[in-house]
Amino acid sequence: MSNPLKDMEKPDVIFAIGTNMTECHPVAATRLKKALTQGATMVVVDPRKTRLAKMAHLHLPIRLGSDVALLLAMAHVIQREELYDLEFIADRTTGGKAFVEHLKPFTPEWAAEICEVPAEDIEQAGLIYGRGAPSAIYYTLGITEHICGVDNVQSLCNLALMTGNLGLEGGGINPMRGQNNIQGAGDCGAVPANFPGFQPCDNPEFAEKFSKLYQREIDAERGITKVTALNESGKSIHAMLIDGENTVVTDPDKNHCEHALKSLEHLVVIDLFLTETAELADVVFPATAFGETDGVQANTERRVQRLRQAVPPVGEAKPDWWIISEISKRMGTPGFEYDSAKDVFNELCSVSPIYAGLDWDRIEHGEYHWPVPDKDHPGTPRLHEGEFKGGMKGVFKIINYRDPAEVISDDFPLWLTTGRRLQAYHSRTQTGRSAGIEYLLSEESLEVHPDDAEELGLVHGGMAKMSSARGEIEVPVKVTDMSPKGTVFTSFSFANVPVNILTGGGYDPVTQTAELKVCPVKVVPA
Amino acid sequence: MTVSPEHYTEVNQLTMTLDGEPVSFTEGETIYEVAERHRREVPTLCYDERLEAFGACRLCVVEVEGIRNPVASCTTKATDGMVVKTQTEGIEKHRKTLLEMVVSENRNVDVDELSGYSSQEMTNLVDRYQARTGRFQGKKSGKSNTDDKNPFILRDYDNCISCYRCVRVCAEREGDYAINVMNRGFHTQIITEFNNDLRDSDCTFCGQCVQTCPTGALGDKKALRDADTPGEVKKTRSVCPYCGVGCAVDLLSKGDKIVGVQPAMDGPANEGALCIKGQFAFDFIQNADRLKKPMVRRDDGQLHECEWDEALDRAAEGFKKVREKHGRHSVYGIASGRAPHEAAYTMQKFMRAGFGTNYIDNCSRA
Repeated sequence: MSNPLKDMEKPDVIFAIGTNMTECHPVAATRLKKALTQGATMVVVDPRKTRLAKMAHLHLPIRLGSDVALLLAMAHVIQREELYDLEFIADRTTGGKAFVEHLKPFTPEWAAEICEVPAEDIEQAGLIYGRGAPSAIYYTLGITEHICGVDNVQSLCNLALMTGNLGLEGGGINPMRGQNNIQGAGDCGAVPANFPGFQPCDNPEFAEKFSKLYQREIDAERGITKVTALNESGKSIHAMLIDGENTVVTDPDKNHCEHALKSLEHLVVIDLFLTETAELADVVFPATAFGETDGVQANTERRVQRLRQAVPPVGEAKPDWWIISEISKRMGTPGFEYDSAKDVFNELCSVSPIYAGLDWDRIEHGEYHWPVPDKDHPGTPRLHEGEFKGGMKGVFKIINYRDPAEVISDDFPLWLTTGRRLQAYHSRTQTGRSAGIEYLLSEESLEVHPDDAEELGLVHGGMAKMSSARGEIEVPVKVTDMSPKGTVFTSFSFANVPVNILTGGGYDPVTQTAELKVCPVKVVPA
Repeated sequence: MTVSPEHYTEVNQLTMTLDGEPVSFTEGETIYEVAERHRREVPTLCYDERLEAFGACRLCVVEVEGIRNPVASCTTKATDGMVVKTQTEGIEKHRKTLLEMVVSENRNVDVDELSGYSSQEMTNLVDRYQARTGRFQGKKSGKSNTDDKNPFILRDYDNCISCYRCVRVCAEREGDYAINVMNRGFHTQIITEFNNDLRDSDCTFCGQCVQTCPTGALGDKKALRDADTPGEVKKTRSVCPYCGVGCAVDLLSKGDKIVGVQPAMDGPANEGALCIKGQFAFDFIQNADRLKKPMVRRDDGQLHECEWDEALDRAAEGFKKVREKHGRHSVYGIASGRAPHEAAYTMQKFMRAGFGTNYIDNCSRA
């Protein structure tokens, strides 16, 4: 997030797109509810009538994957009505002229055809966002899990840049991170493009720095992504170390994924449970869990906080860092002589400029948001205040709409989208093992609009067969107007409804994020 | 000489007299807030600093010079020159009587601390004022909703004192409005819409009502399963392991067992709030399915438990073999978005220091 969570109580206008926040980030959503009671106006863009959508002043249930068209038309309206911030554009951005020229044909009427919502509503959304003082954008995977995920994010950036809604209390562009430490995984350099602290791998200066630190030559080029690695399994990739991810269940195209892992010569998995993924491994290590582990995590607002051990580990479980270090030592790799989580974290701080001002003891109370470049720095709750990093300019990007990888057809006439539910988390390895949750959510279901149910002969509580170009699953039907006509929804949490057998039609060409939010399907009574 | 704005406010600072001591305050502060800052320990039952002041329990009354009757300090704003006494004999006597009446209505004065964060408030006040006198006897209000079979929230309204903190936290903090107040006086009852079970209401089971209840009328059913487990309750500050909001929590443990979770009221990201997962979905930690020993796949094709040395050697040998056979670009690492920094950092170092490649990713693309 560009802004701290407490800023969520401050916006004049809330623009929430592709985020089911009351279910996926409930505590953050309480802050938006507070902003609403204080008079904020909220626009929600989501195909489904989520709780957040019901609280909105304006809800746009756009067709799956049509976000770019909507955002272009909103920018068009802001331009036409001169709601832009000329001073901000002049001082802090580049590419504005070409961008404005590009917007001309993208009227609300044009977008209405694609988004399948009224042009007036698109007009209104543009006016409301453009007039907000300030306006804040919130988004989640509903924006990123598309073949055009990067385009979606850059379209949102364009809106914020043209209206100067960056670096302001209660404004900004705020992706809500879905996992407790997914921010931290990136911060720590567990990505193919960056060393720790987002120092690019393809910059020889950093490759040399880390080659020196790690006492061996490291490639001065990006590695491949996980998606490519899975595609290459059995071809050029022959061994994997997977830490705490149930890849088989949570990744798209389950059959492909399972096949990929099975074709490896050597698979090592570290986890809490014998997950579907761990069952395929040659070696499985028991890791310590939350409550058994000292460590650090970074939240969605870049706040760096300590985790503390409350009880001894179950059985012989060991911290992940200890297991990984032991394997490394036995391979003869130098530099893994750590005695504690503190040692590891302090090493990270010493090699990462955004953590340079931090150490284990300084984060005792969790008040720092990175970047914290030196020991005298108070941290950075709000990014982009006054200027962008190093005086750089915000760049307007020329984006065009394109269809999802797969669109509905006679064979697969319904849109399927996937997501989470309040009471379950991911593949339920944890919530599924917590007593009482099943009282509230005992099984998965497919949400179908009443009109679709009638047309397809589906009954509430009955079973349906749902198929895509990749496979078929069975799922109980829930008839509800949560889903718009023509679109069905289910979560990916339940093993008996392995929806990721169906998904995986395409990937964003830049990030290789799978289009988990769009999948044409056929649904018939089972 | 010019006066700087800061200096200007300083000389014009608002002051009042608190128990004979001149104290300053800022515009808008209540008497209670000023007294709290000066550690006066004014008793309250209906007060939760995260909620709008309500003025229902009347325990926080103080004497204000020039006003005949005692005033509720939580709802009365401090004014310049005000003279306030927080602990006169009369006020203390009034508080004790009020507490005796409250106690006379409740079946239990002593509730287990596992009930919730605020569950000891009434018990502590009753002890402080020695109010277990049995002076008042008679009718009791509230009817327990023991039929509500939900596994999380105990609804024992025999212990309800109508402070409405649960109703207010649900409305003001959560915006859920799942519960409300029905009737008045002895017939007061906290109910859901149509008096249904919580499951059939707008309740999201965030547990905030449980954590603000000062009497244990609402209790954490999951934690209370361990009320009879021997040992002191230990609190360990940590951060919730689910989504990216990063809510600070206190893990409750007895001996080696994790028995519950309470929100950290001073948690910077959550300020005392939690959701159903953070509040109630903690017992996966000590679930019987947890892996307890390393496992290796043997010649029979099955995974077998083994000792650490065998598993670590086997893991290391396997990577070395693949590296020798297929080159250093044949190994890949996937880090977790759920594990701490130290896991992600060592994972990327495992690849970079071990193989000299950037063949490392995490689960953010899924």
